Amino acid sequence: MPTRLSSPDSRPTLTLHFEQREISARQGDSVASALLAAGIKSFRTTPVSAAPRGPYCMMGVCFDCLLVVDGVPNQQGCQVQVRDGMRIERQLGAAEITP
Amino acid sequence: MSAEGQKLGLAIIGAGPAGLSAAVEAASHGVPCRLFDEQGAPGGQIYRALESTPLRERSLLGADYWRGGELIESLRQGIEAGLIDYRPEHTLWQLNRERELGTLSRGRAALTQASQVIVASGAQERPFPVPGWTLPGVMGAGAAQVLLKSSGVALDQPLVLAGSGPLLLLVAAQYLRAGVPVAALLDTSPKDALRRAAPYLATALGAPDYLLKGIKLIRELRRHGVNIVRGVEALRAEGDGQLERVGFKRQGQWQEINAKTLLLHQGVVPNVQLSRALSCRHRWREDQLCWVPELDPWGESDAQDIFFAGDGGGIVGAEASKLQGRLSALQVAARLGAITAARRDEIARPLRRALARELRIRPFLDALYRPNEAWRRPSDETLVCRCEEIDAGQIRAAVRAGCSGPNQLKAFLRCGMGPCQGRMCGLTVAELIGETQGRPTAEVGYYRLRSPIKPITLGQLAELEIPEPRAAKTEVD
Ligand SMILES: Cc1cc2nc3c(=O)[nH]c(=O)nc-3n(C[C@H](O)[C@H](O)[C@H](O)COP(=O)(O)OP(=O)(O)OC[C@H]3O[C@@H](n4cnc5c(N)ncnc54)[C@H](O)[C@@H]3O)c2cc1C
Ligand code: FES
Repeated sequence: MPTRLSSPDSRPTLTLHFEQREISARQGDSVASALLAAGIKSFRTTPVSAAPRGPYCMMGVCFDCLLVVDGVPNQQGCQVQVRDGMRIERQLGAAEITP
Repeated sequence: MSAEGQKLGLAIIGAGPAGLSAAVEAASHGVPCRLFDEQGAPGGQIYRALESTPLRERSLLGADYWRGGELIESLRQGIEAGLIDYRPEHTLWQLNRERELGTLSRGRAALTQASQVIVASGAQERPFPVPGWTLPGVMGAGAAQVLLKSSGVALDQPLVLAGSGPLLLLVAAQYLRAGVPVAALLDTSPKDALRRAAPYLATALGAPDYLLKGIKLIRELRRHGVNIVRGVEALRAEGDGQLERVGFKRQGQWQEINAKTLLLHQGVVPNVQLSRALSCRHRWREDQLCWVPELDPWGESDAQDIFFAGDGGGIVGAEASKLQGRLSALQVAARLGAITAARRDEIARPLRRALARELRIRPFLDALYRPNEAWRRPSDETLVCRCEEIDAGQIRAAVRAGCSGPNQLKAFLRCGMGPCQGRMCGLTVAELIGETQGRPTAEVGYYRLRSPIKPITLGQLAELEIPEPRAAKTEVD
């Protein structure tokens, strides 16, 4: 499992709903950080071959962290900040990216 | 008309060293600005999450990281004084030559026009295509550092790092300082790297602290007993649905290590999405193996009143990025009438001297950490376009079948047409086309890019806040 390093973390704790699980996150985490910290590595499957993918760049470049956040698809998990009660699902296959 | 609709004097994109310095310099001359950044907090890449990182023990992230505190403090003062209108969580999805900025924040899109724009959108890690690099568990070393700085999270072990460059060593050291073991560091630097860099050593000695930093990092890794494997010739990541093993070839022999995390890195390259979407003139930098927009000494591009500062205009490092941000801001301040041209030049003179000093180390670093062709032009079975899942063999075959350049490749293979818009494949594609056609990469060119450069939905566009007189001119391809 990934580890949250033990230095005292004064940031408030929040709860996210990832599919059927509850995940605790810290204010200031991106959605991708929170999922990775909870041991979730695969965020989406590709439209072409249904291969699993997870975050590669963590800075908005690769788009391999795409998730469905609160019902909206194509959200870059590494760029969206966590908010309490957020509902997150994996993005399976294709979703309309841009108009 | 919404408040967003009023025309701004100066808009800055990016709150890293370059953008923050530009904002602070402008403010010091009484020039207000609006500063947009996609991130939730200031700092850019190097100073990411400086105000909120849970890793408060200073020795862990290191002195270079904490040096950013001063700049962020100045930002806070500029905000307090009402001169810097800082907008975190604002993603720029459009910028055109009329200097209309399309932003998206928490699902709300807005359009603003500015009379001057400084783009300080920084760098990204150079793509490092090896077989299996799309497996969950394989990430950029910079990506692992983002996670470390912003959330204090260390990835799964066993952990292997592979590649070359100062950031790779720094991330390894930061992990070790946090008490996380590094199973191996696979060094892909060519054997003749030092010999190639030697001619630039004399100039580099003009910036001895940079040289010392590199040496200290390697010593630190050795002291921790990290298994540093030199002369790595090929790499592959393997596993069923996620990374399980890393294969590497040395002296012609393949070996394997168990790993749950593989961090790849071979340097950083400018983020050219905006300069490309603006159709700015670019040139190929053979020394840095990347495209850069052509800029004048103040950082202005051929798109009038649009400046580029920091790593986005060519890799210069954090300290030089700050100086470039200040220089661009000075030109903007003069243009907006806040200072005279004479005053601008007087302030600029010592900044230019300092910039020249900072840049002395670059030719040495560029030569020392230049990735070999083998790492830039991968084997046929390696995926190059991660989005559309196109491998190097398909690209070579398309070029042999008559595909002439990157834009035609889109039609042939959909390569570069996925959501990342070529960010992860553009450089590799240009190199592969050049290799197959037997011509220099500089002649091959790059993908033509269009707005939106970040995903935006039809619904968000429909609710766009547009200043009335300009509504008719909004273009979305
Ligand atoms: C992942 C990574 C980690 C790095 N870590 C270090 C390090 O530890 N030490 C070091 O010396 N150097 C590091 N570097 C090198 C780094 O590029 C420079 O040191 C320095 O940060 C460059 O400053 P800058 O202001 O040009 O760009 P950056 O610091 O990259 O800042 C650019 C800013 O622009 C924002 N931005 C980009 N595009 C958009 C958009 N479309 N809309 C809104 N905002 C946008 C980004 O969110 C970012 O905050 C790192 C580089 C990378 C890619
Ligand atoms: S991890 Fe690359 S875009 Fe989010």
